[in-house]
Amino acid sequence: MELFQQSFALVLQLDVIIALVAGGAFGLFLGAMPGLTATMALALLVPVTFFLPPVPALSLMLSAGSMAIFAGDLPGALLRIPGTPASAAYCEDTFRLTQGGCAELGLGLGLFASVIGGLVGSLILTFAAPMLARVALNFSSYEYFWLACLGLTCAALVSQSTPLKGVISLLLGLLVATVGLDSTTGYPRFTFGSVEMMGGISFIPAMIGMFAVAELVNSIARTPPVQGKPTQRIGSFSSNISKRVWKYRGHATRGSILGTLVGALPGAGADIAAWVSYAISKRLSKTPEQFGNGSEEGIVAASSANNSSIAGGWIPTLVFGIPGDSGAAIIIGVLYLKDLAPGPTLFLYKPEVLYAVFIAFFLANILLLFMGAVMIRLSTNILRVPFSVLAPLIMIFCVVGAFAMNNSYFGVGIMMAAGVVAFALKANDIPVAPAILGMVLGGLLEKTFLTSMVKANGDPLMFFSRPIAASLGIITLALWGLQLWSSWKKRQRLTQTG
Amino acid sequence: MSISKTKKLIKGAFAATVIGAASLMTAGAALAEYPEKPITFIVPWGAGGGTDTTARIVGKLMEEALGVPVNVVNRTGGQGVVGHSAIATAEPDGYTLGLITAEVTMMHWQGLTDLTYESYTPLGKMVGVVGGLQVKAGSEYADAQAVIDAIKANPGGMTGSGTGLGGIWHLNMAGMLTSAGLDADAVRWVPSEGAAPALQELVAGGVDIVTPSINESAAMIEAGEVVSLAVMAPERSVHFPDVPTLKEATGIDWNAGSWNGVAGPAGLPDDVLAVLLPLIEEIQASEELAEFVNDRKLNLFALPADTWSGELADIDAAMGDTMRAAGIIE
Repeated sequence: MELFQQSFALVLQLDVIIALVAGGAFGLFLGAMPGLTATMALALLVPVTFFLPPVPALSLMLSAGSMAIFAGDLPGALLRIPGTPASAAYCEDTFRLTQGGCAELGLGLGLFASVIGGLVGSLILTFAAPMLARVALNFSSYEYFWLACLGLTCAALVSQSTPLKGVISLLLGLLVATVGLDSTTGYPRFTFGSVEMMGGISFIPAMIGMFAVAELVNSIARTPPVQGKPTQRIGSFSSNISKRVWKYRGHATRGSILGTLVGALPGAGADIAAWVSYAISKRLSKTPEQFGNGSEEGIVAASSANNSSIAGGWIPTLVFGIPGDSGAAIIIGVLYLKDLAPGPTLFLYKPEVLYAVFIAFFLANILLLFMGAVMIRLSTNILRVPFSVLAPLIMIFCVVGAFAMNNSYFGVGIMMAAGVVAFALKANDIPVAPAILGMVLGGLLEKTFLTSMVKANGDPLMFFSRPIAASLGIITLALWGLQLWSSWKKRQRLTQTG
Repeated sequence: MSISKTKKLIKGAFAATVIGAASLMTAGAALAEYPEKPITFIVPWGAGGGTDTTARIVGKLMEEALGVPVNVVNRTGGQGVVGHSAIATAEPDGYTLGLITAEVTMMHWQGLTDLTYESYTPLGKMVGVVGGLQVKAGSEYADAQAVIDAIKANPGGMTGSGTGLGGIWHLNMAGMLTSAGLDADAVRWVPSEGAAPALQELVAGGVDIVTPSINESAAMIEAGEVVSLAVMAPERSVHFPDVPTLKEATGIDWNAGSWNGVAGPAGLPDDVLAVLLPLIEEIQASEELAEFVNDRKLNLFALPADTWSGELADIDAAMGDTMRAAGIIE
């Protein structure tokens, strides 16, 4: 109880409230701009967190993340272009409603469902994370090694393109993670005599490059940058929206729980959560033919799922230091910056900060209800901001952010290089998220492997010597086996038919 | 805004800067008094840790006394090499200073860098921690003697952790073992990225004993997860009066600890030293520093520059010997 009082005292501060509102506004704006994603909003906010104490810094990030996901619905409904990939699943439905003269219905349903999703996700985070942390306190290097393997496997397999491309991206990330002084013996690797390289490729500038710079280049390359003219007038909300949400409460609850779970899975974020929830709702629906033609069920189910996945993504991030999606990977960077190294001990050392973050999650989602409503009113004007004005501004943000990371131009170089590499990857339909997870988890994987080998005196069977480690290990190996088997089957079928 | 108008604005701003810079320069020439511009204060370790907080307190007090901004900058990475290099290779004009740590007397022995304590102008030793011997709460070892006996009974059978290979707390373990007449590797060293992960590994049952500082173990001790059996210091810690010194507990004479201190690049000019040396002594005696040290359960190791310089030479030589004895270097 005393803990909750301390946490409330940490949250009910002017700077936290300002951070929630400012982060939310920034997230709403970036999420609403087609081509600019929620992850990009987070990457751009990192340098701002340098100047904030831990709780406002994390509040800023979580508010921006939650609100950007909702804002992605706006251009989806008005222009038929999803603002972020997370809104792609039901873009067609909201646009149909707009065409039918019911823009406020589609967006209102999306907003209410998002808020419900966010609140349910926060609730699960608040209760599940500390419980998991108590279990994780008994995790030694063996368990962490298998968790890292499992996380990386998910990241490579769950990504939208083929597993092969996922693995290519993952290995690239792991390769980059080996640069610098090796953490166990202190031996310099791939440093080419440079003192800067000894510190390794820090992943925050790399992520700014991969998500912000690459997206910018991508949008420019996609000539001409998508600019619609939303002229549709949005009607006013009426009380029947809340009645309709009540009607679809089952969809909202199912979507929220599903979204939280998908979000907690490493590598799968808001976009996959929305697709999965949409597909399941369609299968269970009495009117599946409505889906894609303005289905209110579909909007509620998917919109609640993508918002709840944000809080879900924070669960493995805080408890194990394993990010649930690429946005959460950025959060890990911020946690380290604020001397809040993620892991179960964080729940022992700084529980008040964590509970403050949980409370901030609830506040952000309640704020979303009001700020989202205002945003819906303003959206037709905001969508007219030309890309040619936005792009240079974002580029300045990127450079300042990468520089501020370590106050050196080395970070700017990393950002630029990462931007180019990510652009090339995307152009070849290779997903970027596994590379990011590889960079974040590469160190953990190597460290826990070597630590375990030292402890085991070189006996690999010791990786299965503890019950939890053994179960995690068997799951990992089974996943690998399954994947190999299915691709072998596929190849056989191909040779038979071809 | 039209392009020509923007250009005009930029020109105007540029002119103003030039005039400003010129007037500053004349003022500088007239007074020529250090400091006349902002000072950069480099920390080789991450934001929020003990070293970083020390630097921020020192920086704040310097700023108040000198009347120019003192910007504390974290240059992390490479086990401290990156930040330590940045301090040593800066122009010795007094506008780049930093906080150096015990690693300065170790890194060059490991061949990580050419930097030694001689690459710096020492200005004053600040804050530090003392080594400890910690076990999991409820472990079979009631005291430090029991741990030593268990190691003697089964050399190479137990595991320990605290830092990376060759780090300060690995040295603490090796020194304790060699002082007890055992081999330096009688306990297998499991490398970790610092005290916190090592303590986590201890609590999870992954290693048997850990030897990071007792100060860094404070949170785990207070949470009731970890018990400290001894401190590697001549006297008991004021923060943990119930924990005996290693000598009291086992008769083994071995002390180890880590520290930080303010320094600039080698060859700081005399006019800069005339300003900084008295100021650092003032900060060492300040209430702010004392309060922080007490809050974080650290130790104040205040030493003036000249005493510290002598000590650095001794520590550096001793580190080389211990690391050789421990088999960390050849």
